[in-house]
Amino acid sequence: MTAAAEGSPPLRMTRARRNALLQSEPVQGLALISPTLVYALILLVLPILVVIAHSFWTQHYLTIDRSFTLENYRIALTEPIYRDLLWRSLYISLTVSLLTVLLAYPIAYFISFHGGRHKSLWLFLITIPFWTSYLLRVMSWKVILGYNGVLNSGLMGLGIIDEPSTALLYNSSAVIITLTHAWAAFAILPIFVSLEKVDRTLVEAAKDLGDGPLRSFLRVTLPLSAPGVISAALIVMIPTVGDYVTPKLVGGKDGVMIANAIQAQFGKASNWPLGAALSVTTMVIVTLMAGATVLVIRALQRLAR
Amino acid sequence: MPEQPQSDRPQSDRPMIEIRNVTRSYGAFKALDDASLTIKEGEFFSLLGPSGCGKTTLLRMIAGFDNPTSGSISVGGQPMEGIPANRRPTNMVFQSYAIFPHLNVEQNVAYGLKRLKLQGGEEKRRVEEALAQVSLTGLGKRLATELSGGQRQRVALARALVMRPKVLLLDEPLSALDKKLREQMQVELRRLQQAVGITFVLVTHDQYEALAMSDRIAVMFGGRIAQVASPKEIYQRPVNRQVADFLGGMNFVKAEIVEENGASLVVDTLGFGRVKTDKPKAFVRNGGAATLGIRPERLRVLWDNATARFEVAGKVVERHYFGEITHLIVEIPGLEKPLSVTETNDFGADDIPVGTSIRLAYDPEALVAMAD
Repeated sequence: MTAAAEGSPPLRMTRARRNALLQSEPVQGLALISPTLVYALILLVLPILVVIAHSFWTQHYLTIDRSFTLENYRIALTEPIYRDLLWRSLYISLTVSLLTVLLAYPIAYFISFHGGRHKSLWLFLITIPFWTSYLLRVMSWKVILGYNGVLNSGLMGLGIIDEPSTALLYNSSAVIITLTHAWAAFAILPIFVSLEKVDRTLVEAAKDLGDGPLRSFLRVTLPLSAPGVISAALIVMIPTVGDYVTPKLVGGKDGVMIANAIQAQFGKASNWPLGAALSVTTMVIVTLMAGATVLVIRALQRLAR
Repeated sequence: MPEQPQSDRPQSDRPMIEIRNVTRSYGAFKALDDASLTIKEGEFFSLLGPSGCGKTTLLRMIAGFDNPTSGSISVGGQPMEGIPANRRPTNMVFQSYAIFPHLNVEQNVAYGLKRLKLQGGEEKRRVEEALAQVSLTGLGKRLATELSGGQRQRVALARALVMRPKVLLLDEPLSALDKKLREQMQVELRRLQQAVGITFVLVTHDQYEALAMSDRIAVMFGGRIAQVASPKEIYQRPVNRQVADFLGGMNFVKAEIVEENGASLVVDTLGFGRVKTDKPKAFVRNGGAATLGIRPERLRVLWDNATARFEVAGKVVERHYFGEITHLIVEIPGLEKPLSVTETNDFGADDIPVGTSIRLAYDPEALVAMAD
């Protein structure tokens, strides 16, 4: 009896403490993110660590020599072929993200400012291309750009060219055209969201203070939608650097990108350490480029004042 | 009654804004219905009315953000038709203040000046002058997000004033401020308007704000202008029951017209007996009936054995305490609705028990005839 009386208060206290712990915000927050966190740790962080580890090792035919070396990085950074592929990848992804943002902005602007009651219908229509597989969309670009494709026969039919142009398909322009189309919706949505957040009375205030439509756009709407432009540019830029399906299908010999080389090292060439070094190099460069993009857009935003 | 401007500053009689038969329809709904109005140069003019009365629509049409369906607006003698907002000699203080969040205070105020490309530090000088006018000197480098509501309001004011417009338009500029700050800003706005001498057009739904600041007020209901007059006349001589009701409390008394001539009316009432009153300018006789109104504060409680030339007797049925004043609801034999009486508390009106029989003194001048 006495023992029970003595024993129960500490027990109740532990339970109270446990409840308090469970109800504290950091704990609840961790509990909420833990499934995703564990998933991300296993499927993202671990593989990246494995890749980084491999990049410092050496392939000896069928075995891997696990002694530390920087040789893979020397090859990745100095071999002309990899350097060229890397430059081309960066050029393609920069061009694609620039074009996508330039083409997406007017669409997002139209929907946000002139969409009226049909805003959600317009957004819905933009997602329609995604109802088919990405491969099908790339294939249809082949049909459009090919030697006997829609574009060539159309131009010949109009008498603009005499024989089919081979300049349309199997080069980096074809990759750029295809990727720009493929990523349009991913650029339209963030820009649309940031335009929706622009207070319309701010645009009125700019007009009231003497700005015409173009000036008020450049001084108010555009700087205030910069966050959307930044995320659109990053959303397009980061994945396109590493794309290897599109160059493989429409890029031909001149459209090969760094990811194709990486795939080859992990596949046919069977040189995992070199593939890993190429991957890590690409990752670092993409990070730097993304950071630079953010800085450039911020600087432009400041210029608009 | 002659119109009495509240200022000592002489006002010109030159018209600044002329609004002629302006109608604005949205489909079948008329936001503004055949409104005509002349606002004088240097005047502090208020558009007063409940929400949806068309006052903001009218202000936005003066600013150029909206266009009349029919009718014309001119500012400074210049017709405004086809002139976009950015080329009108008006500037606006928005209800939400519309401070550019990506710019600091100085850049906000200088926004409209940038385009003018002023030479030799003129821009900086004008920005500083405008900031000083609204007592924001030294806060130029702050971001809009670091300002309080009152400060944001001042930035909006400075940003518009720095453009030296012919007309400053203010769309409910004080509605987002708390009561104390609002009252302080009313005084400041009035003082500022007197100092700069620019025509101010204020939109408000707060009758006390309009009364305290304006030279003249236009009271609007349902897209129509009901009355345009000085605050005092609007308050004391409302043209109809709606205007009377909107500008504070009013006791309405039914009356029979006994005699009508050029300037006056003689009417019989049940509670107040026979009364001779000024005939309102726009009085339209509707049979033999009329309505008289008297403001609650124009009825005074008669204490002890005091007498007055004009008095009514009744019984207190309700008492409401408001700090410096007390509202008494007094039932008068013969009147269908009890009278509401506002009495200051210095003689103990707050202690009158409900059920007491009291007598009320009034001035027959305070009983005004009006349209229904």
